[in-house]
Amino acid sequence: MEMKTPISRSMTVASNVSVIEVECRWILTQLEANDFSAADIFAVHLALEEAFINAVKHGNNMDGSKVIKIDYSVEAEKIEICLTDEGVGFAPDDVPDPRDEENLYKTGGRGLFLMRAYMDVVEFNESGNRVRMVKHRSKKAKTKSASS
Amino acid sequence: MVPIKPRISVDYTENATVIRFVDEKILEEQEIQAVQESIMSVIEQSKHLNLILDFGKVQFLSSAVLGLLIRISKQIYEHDGQLRFCNINPKIYEIFKITRLTKIFDIYDDLASAEASFLHSD
Repeated sequence: MEMKTPISRSMTVASNVSVIEVECRWILTQLEANDFSAADIFAVHLALEEAFINAVKHGNNMDGSKVIKIDYSVEAEKIEICLTDEGVGFAPDDVPDPRDEENLYKTGGRGLFLMRAYMDVVEFNESGNRVRMVKHRSKKAKTKSASS
Repeated sequence: MVPIKPRISVDYTENATVIRFVDEKILEEQEIQAVQESIMSVIEQSKHLNLILDFGKVQFLSSAVLGLLIRISKQIYEHDGQLRFCNINPKIYEIFKITRLTKIFDIYDDLASAEASFLHSD
């Protein structure tokens, strides 16, 4: 049974896209236990997978001998996730906006944009190899009375 | 080595070829590559193909899948075909909307309206 208390966890995992499936499922289960909405859970799922894929592909450059550090905490009102890869980092502000006309037909470059769109906070350390993401729990819509 | 399952099903209707994604989620590079090869082989079989991608089962997709869809659209237009999407759930549609890919993809509520759109465009 999952506990409705603040949970924090830190782990180091192989730099392999398939790894995130298991970790992601665990984290999303914690969100369900804390009554996060389906929309919040979808948002965290999307951002976490995009961030992890970026760390594997662009950070660790698909080098299977490298690792990714995942730190996360789930509280009643928010989730915070940090991913650190072993790459040299990048300049997030230099990533072009994929919504611009000239970028619409590009096949890549939307991961960071989606992370920013779906999370409340997305920030990088100075070198760009560590991302911190925060999502606050959405206020639930009031349910209408069936008799009214 | 994990075997790659078939990831799509293909049906032929009077006006269109309908490809359905059979998985709720496509994430890994290998899976994306497998789907791409399967769909490209369908596209390359004929010119002027009316292709519908049915997202009815898809519950989640990543930016890598958006890249795959753009590659598919380029390929079909190179073969003088037409492409429609249908049955996209609201959360997935939101991804298309915020990335502004709704400007480059023709998205319909259901299969019937996607099929009917080919009649109007002929």
